Amino acid sequence: MGMTIAEKIIAAAAGVESVKPGDIHTVELDRLMSNDGTTHLTVDMYNNKLKNPHIADTGKLVFIVDHNVPSDCPKTAASQKKMRDFAKANHIDFWEGKGVCHQIMMENYVRPGELIFGADSHTCSYGALGAFGTGVGCTDFLYGMVTGTSWVMVPETVKFNLVGKLPEGVYARDLILTIIGEVGANGCNYQVMEFTGEGAKTLTISDRIALCNMAVEAGAKTGIFEVDDVAMEYLKEHGREPKAVYHSDPDAHYVREYTFDLSKVEPVVAKPDFVDNLAPAKDVRGIKIDEAFLGSCNNGRIEDLRVGAQVIKGKKVSEKVRFLVVPASQTIYRQALEEGLIDIFMDAGAIVMNPNCSVCWGSCQGVIGENEVLISTGTRNFKGRAGHPSSKVYLGSAATVTASAIAGEIALASDV
Amino acid sequence: MEKGTIFKFHNDLDTDQIIASQYLLLPNLEEMKSHAFESLDPDFAQKVKPGDFVVGGENFGCGSSREQAPGVLKALGVKAVIAKSFARIFYRNAINIGLPAIVCKDLPDEVKTGDQMELHMLEGTAEANGKVYSCTKLPEYMQNILNQGGLIASLNREEE
Repeated sequence: MGMTIAEKIIAAAAGVESVKPGDIHTVELDRLMSNDGTTHLTVDMYNNKLKNPHIADTGKLVFIVDHNVPSDCPKTAASQKKMRDFAKANHIDFWEGKGVCHQIMMENYVRPGELIFGADSHTCSYGALGAFGTGVGCTDFLYGMVTGTSWVMVPETVKFNLVGKLPEGVYARDLILTIIGEVGANGCNYQVMEFTGEGAKTLTISDRIALCNMAVEAGAKTGIFEVDDVAMEYLKEHGREPKAVYHSDPDAHYVREYTFDLSKVEPVVAKPDFVDNLAPAKDVRGIKIDEAFLGSCNNGRIEDLRVGAQVIKGKKVSEKVRFLVVPASQTIYRQALEEGLIDIFMDAGAIVMNPNCSVCWGSCQGVIGENEVLISTGTRNFKGRAGHPSSKVYLGSAATVTASAIAGEIALASDV
Repeated sequence: MEKGTIFKFHNDLDTDQIIASQYLLLPNLEEMKSHAFESLDPDFAQKVKPGDFVVGGENFGCGSSREQAPGVLKALGVKAVIAKSFARIFYRNAINIGLPAIVCKDLPDEVKTGDQMELHMLEGTAEANGKVYSCTKLPEYMQNILNQGGLIASLNREEE
């Protein structure tokens, strides 16, 4: 029996010739990432709960302050100081304010074939470069930090055969929301979503990140793409080589297979309060909004800012709306400055903010109030995700979000 | 076996509802726990008593990997979480911190908040309203972690 890409990565990390779904293996981790959402608790456990506190390999660790940055209150500042001091004392790679953790990881660390644990659910993004990234809690992170290893149950793989090409004005965000709407928020629980086929080859790395990033919203352990010329070109530009390039065997076992024709995808939104609560964007036109957010590890890249800038150039943000534009990293921010995109957003009346998770996680910047409505390129639209429990979040593409910011209500780019 | 009171929640219950983002950077679980389930039931933390149970439907604990979610439930003394199915990160986190997460297909649809329940971990059954329900046993590997009191206790034992 052949193996899928994900199975091959786990087999290599476990030091065995082959694995099959359901097997539990001890695996060597290539890298561990943790952010300010939980690291203060990890540090407390390291200092107070371990009989023999030590770090297997500091070179594998990356600490990134990105969730509440800059800090919003004295208690946040204290938690972040704990993380910062620990990183410095233990010579751990440390990033603060430079970008959303997954974007930092994609730009600087992730290599095809690696097995990466991150103390953040969207660690599944790394499959865009053929790595197996998955989200864990801080206890799993701590165990990995101390031993360099962890345990995994080998997940089944679901094949998403992509055909055709996305039409003009339709984006990877529309595609992944469509896929999740089809399979459901629980549709790939404890499985791998492997994106393949001729359509997959037409997607940029930014598109692939957008797809893999939301695999967890279908319950998946990770999302993954084959490494092709597009991925190799990205790695070359960023000065990295693959650890290993794996392809799924022709006789690999898939628990289910879906085919999506990219040419049939249309602009969609996820309605409150579930990511699989899908609707064609045209069917929710006219819903009044109070805030719009263009950013996040899903859609805060230069490609997304270009889309937003193209929609808003020469137009104005509605007086009824705050439009937050948050590049996902400083690298992206600088490029947006060079390309004149930041000027376009500012001229239109947008609020351009420092790279961070921002209102996508609803704890610092742009938190919305009672009964307010946000349209967002963020990752989730759970009840109260962006602020008050009565507030509502709609998810859509950079184009739909920007058009809505102009209209003051949910709108398509073609409407404005 | 003492009985505990059930607190029942819906399908696709996400970890943002268990503990909202704005509380995650508080210094410790003790400061966070009073905010558990705040968006759904602001009095939950006052009402829940040690030995009580949280019952969910399908995909319990979906969304964020925040370990604070099972963490605040354990800190409040919740004895176990019973659901038809769990999202994988919550499931793993719960076991890792020593909070039993038990899959039980039939019980959730037949109980409501306020009902009394008994859990028999060894037998793999739960009893509520005079009816006995069978639960799915944990994989042996995870049961071992739970038996030792969680992954850190297990690690400390490995390193002895």
